Amino acid sequence: MGPVLAGVLQLLALIGALALAYVPLGNYLARVYSSEKHLRVEKWIYQGIGANPDTEMRWTAYLRGVLAFSAAGVLFLYLLQRLQGSLPGSLGFSSIEPAQAFDTAASFVTNTNWQSYAGEQAMGHVVQTAGLAVQNFVSAAVGIAVAVALVRGFARSRTGELGNFWADLVRGTVRVLVPVAAVAAVVLVACGAIQNFSGIHEVGQFMGGSQQWNGGAVASQEAIKELGTNGGGYFNANSAHPFENPTPFTNLFEIFLILVIPLALTRAFGVMVGSVKQGYAILATMVTIWVGFVALLMWTEFAHHGPALQASGGAMEGKETRFGVGASALFGVSTTLTSTGAVDSFHSSFTGLGGGITMLGMMLGEIAPGGVGSGLYGMLIMAIIAVFIAGLMVGRTPEYLGKKIGSREIKLAACYILVTPALVLIFTAASVALPTPPNSMLNSGAHGFSEVLYAFTSASNNNGSAFAGLNANTDWYNTTTGLAMLLGRFVPMVFVLALAGSLAGQRPVPATAGTLRTEKPLFTGLLVGAILIITGLTYFPALALGPLAEGLA
Amino acid sequence: MNHSVTNTVRLFGAGLRALLMLTLVTGVIYPLVVTGVAQGLFHDKANGSEITAHGKVVGSSLIGQSYHLPLKKGQETPDPDLRWFQGRPANGLGSNSVNTRYKLLLSGATNLSADSKDLLRQVRDARAAVVRDNSVPGYTVKPSQVPAEAVTSSGSGLDPDISPRYAKIQVHRVAERNGLSVGQVERLIEDHTEGRTIGFIGEPRVNVLELNVALRDLVAQR
Repeated sequence: MGPVLAGVLQLLALIGALALAYVPLGNYLARVYSSEKHLRVEKWIYQGIGANPDTEMRWTAYLRGVLAFSAAGVLFLYLLQRLQGSLPGSLGFSSIEPAQAFDTAASFVTNTNWQSYAGEQAMGHVVQTAGLAVQNFVSAAVGIAVAVALVRGFARSRTGELGNFWADLVRGTVRVLVPVAAVAAVVLVACGAIQNFSGIHEVGQFMGGSQQWNGGAVASQEAIKELGTNGGGYFNANSAHPFENPTPFTNLFEIFLILVIPLALTRAFGVMVGSVKQGYAILATMVTIWVGFVALLMWTEFAHHGPALQASGGAMEGKETRFGVGASALFGVSTTLTSTGAVDSFHSSFTGLGGGITMLGMMLGEIAPGGVGSGLYGMLIMAIIAVFIAGLMVGRTPEYLGKKIGSREIKLAACYILVTPALVLIFTAASVALPTPPNSMLNSGAHGFSEVLYAFTSASNNNGSAFAGLNANTDWYNTTTGLAMLLGRFVPMVFVLALAGSLAGQRPVPATAGTLRTEKPLFTGLLVGAILIITGLTYFPALALGPLAEGLA
Repeated sequence: MNHSVTNTVRLFGAGLRALLMLTLVTGVIYPLVVTGVAQGLFHDKANGSEITAHGKVVGSSLIGQSYHLPLKKGQETPDPDLRWFQGRPANGLGSNSVNTRYKLLLSGATNLSADSKDLLRQVRDARAAVVRDNSVPGYTVKPSQVPAEAVTSSGSGLDPDISPRYAKIQVHRVAERNGLSVGQVERLIEDHTEGRTIGFIGEPRVNVLELNVALRDLVAQR
């Protein structure tokens, strides 16, 4: 069997496994967020918070909860890093400098997990396990909560109420993320991922002498890193490191974990709005784009254009032998079309066009299938734009799921899709125009520009992967990527929740013969087209200067 | 105004309490339970899959090592010890730049681009070295035989594996240097070649450390 066929079979096996999980997990998610019962452990947590989980919140109250919780997260994680030097259980590692601590705190709270540090030399057990890993869980739970609030906006009528943020946050963590991650972590350990709390210790070598290793709770963090579409590696090499991703099987398993919740959420959406077919239409859109991107990246990587790759006879620079080109391409697409940003191979050494494909994946807004929660709400925003465009074509007031898309709704949706491109392009332009930030580039020419464009695309879209040659541990990049991550996460959430409130307040419009059938393949085609055209028009000039210039040279 | 400040403080307090409660669940209980199960059921794997040979730990089966001669005077990069199978280049691997009282391996890739002149030079040099080192009297390696992973650095810099193709290129050299027959060394590689998992997952590979441990045993028996 050739490597291309093996790559395709891995794609098919992955699709099969995701298909098996889709209905049960999607139905379970819908039940979790619709149930009126509270588990005992949840009641303890609500008591600790001092919140009544049965209080319904309007969109402003829901948003205040999101912001208060996230602000607490940034502050706590910042202080934890600043105090690391005095914390026990930190391997004697020194405290993190202010700019980097801010960047890292912003990064993990926003589900980005951009890292300007190298984990094994900078972060001790306490910061990794009680700081970074915790945000892996709760930032994911916040994302799902906001998506669920938007779905409730569609499902409910003549009320402004969107549910209770604390209940959604706690349920997502306790009932979904923790149990699945625990099982996944044990599977990873069984395959060789490490899970211990040993200090830095000497291990003998074949040729004599010894090497120093850093222990850690790696598997438990790896599991939620993928499941919560976070992506921040325990080690600098992320999921290319054999202790994080030891075998070809764990590689495929980790891709499965990345995709399973974002896809299953479309089922939960369908169930909650009372039409699973609507969920299928959204799912079909996501899968169409994802499979298309996998095919493109496999093609560019197997073709290995570029002088150095041609000379080496294959695109293996930055890739691991056990994964090879096919599985690395599958991982690369899945991590950049979600908000994950974990890498099992280094995108900077992909072919010029291949690197551009990973960038374009993020530029789509990470909606195919996107991050946990953020993928669904991002895609629903695009669906609103698509019905609006269709409405303009036939001259009807657009509707989606029985709700009128009036001027308030379309303004909010338009604001949503403007935020990240503005952040990406402004910060990239500033970093290229100012005198010192370009010094951080490792490669020269078009690829050097791509490193900067990739950095802000990744930060603003809350992805976290990098063209990692860029030295991002400078005051400029720590500050600007930190701001891009915070603005790229929370400003869109304001528009999503405002939209949810506006939709929930409407009375439903009965479907008529003139209503666009949004559960049909025609709509999926329209949606795919709208996504590609809007993204393409926004980013084409920037892409032409970077990956296209490199790839077509 | 005062009212809204009080409200903000109260809300922030709720956020902080929620964070602390969830830190207890996800940052204390969860990792401890997983560690307990991992240490109980998969003790060796949870601690790094160490390989022991003749009572001594020689490394981890998951972490690639270098098989170099000691650095000679005036040399910047050590020469490979050609008695042993060689792994992939690791030009992205570094050592720690902070907390420098430790000497930690810093995993990583080169991140050089496909059109990088530096990378092109690294690849050409590596290919020339593979051809030179592995050509022995009666057996010449052709540049076109050398697989891509033999001349490129991995993502982690710690890749424990090489392809069976690269292992086979090294057979004649290893046999000659260790006084073994080509057939013996070929059999060794066959025994240590792992195919794709259930036929299609990943790529076929040979674990270099395990191969060298077995090679050393074979030489000792001779």
